[in-house]
Amino acid sequence: MPPQALSDECLRAVDLAAERGDRRLFQHLGFTLAPGQLLQVQGANGSGKTSLLRILCGLSRPARGAVYWGEEPLARVEGGIGSCLSYLGHRDALKDELSVRENVLFAARLGGMIAGREAADAVLARLGLTGYEDLPAGILSQGQKRRVALARLLLEARPLWVLDEPLAALDAQASAILREALAAQLAGGGMVILTTHQAVDVPGDCTCLRLPDGIEVATAC
Amino acid sequence: MLMTLGTLLQRDLTLVVRRPQDALTVVGFFVVVIALFPLGVGPEPELLRRLAPGVIWVAALLATMLSLARLFADDYRDGSLEQLLLAPEPLTLLVLVRTAAHWLMTGLPLVLVSPLLAVQLGLRPEEIPVLMLALLLGTPILSLVGAIGAALTLGVRGGGVLIALLVLPLYVPPLVLGAGALDAVMHGADAQTHLSLLSALLLFALVTAPWAAAAALRIMLD
Repeated sequence: MPPQALSDECLRAVDLAAERGDRRLFQHLGFTLAPGQLLQVQGANGSGKTSLLRILCGLSRPARGAVYWGEEPLARVEGGIGSCLSYLGHRDALKDELSVRENVLFAARLGGMIAGREAADAVLARLGLTGYEDLPAGILSQGQKRRVALARLLLEARPLWVLDEPLAALDAQASAILREALAAQLAGGGMVILTTHQAVDVPGDCTCLRLPDGIEVATAC
Repeated sequence: MLMTLGTLLQRDLTLVVRRPQDALTVVGFFVVVIALFPLGVGPEPELLRRLAPGVIWVAALLATMLSLARLFADDYRDGSLEQLLLAPEPLTLLVLVRTAAHWLMTGLPLVLVSPLLAVQLGLRPEEIPVLMLALLLGTPILSLVGAIGAALTLGVRGGGVLIALLVLPLYVPPLVLGAGALDAVMHGADAQTHLSLLSALLLFALVTAPWAAAAALRIMLD
């Protein structure tokens, strides 16, 4: 299923700062992400990559600054920012007791989209999970679970993807599928923000943002 | 919007069906605690009868509390809770649906099994409908108030004990009214007042508890 260009809104971060306990992770961080762009967030362990992604999703509040979707601040986006983005965190948000297909379908419907069985099966097939649809997610390997989580992303087809270490646990074949999906998302006018320690290497408009190790100001590299 | 809420209810109930031990432990605990009482205090019918309202209600409180720790914890651990926070529906409604699923899984079985235990404790047949009605009104309050405690202790080490300390004091009003309703009938009075107050309490909890639990979830996940 090709990603739809659902929106021509930009995601803007203005003067963001985040704290963890007493430690300031980053400050004065700002960027604009336009349709068709990919932003790779880099930084050492503990530099605040996940914190930044959670702030961009509206899950955490920044110590300072604000995030805008188009002209609206995140909190005021109609239907919640969740209706504009798909977030894939460290954990796959899968229920072990549900079958692979149920996991994908329930997740998509909870996200407010009407998804049918055929659409889910098509996405699962694209991720190489044909034959696993009716198995409980609990018996899958780590990498296969990650693939199911990615299936949700593809099915939801939101304009913005926020991915925390999407390549973790994926084998070469799945990484290639993900890169292909990222390229398609960008080509369709979607946006991607991701953290990874590997090279992303996707055709399209890719920039990278390096978070500082200390408390200096973040710079675009 | 109804579709999303229906989906959440369907998902939660599917999970209960696939993992029935969660619901069964609650009912099992309820039955066992009440069954232990005659062994402890002696089998005199008059004594058991007098103790019955309190015993049944305290057992219901404790049984409900057993299940509270898992109300949000599973979703928190596997990351589903973050996805719920991002869902386009208001979190308050999602919490309400989750609490309803929790009640269907824990509270309703307690109501259904209570006549059996009432007979065991020597209650008269005409007293049983009042007991069931009071439990029917009271157990949703237990789930709703419990949701606040479950949300506040999310990710806290030793959260189970903390929930008990937070929630048990808040369970006093439904305990007093619920047990009081049965007590009134047993003494030949009318349970109307107790049941009306219990209904009012339920409505109050329905309006405020999901909102408070949703706010607590946002804070705990920040």
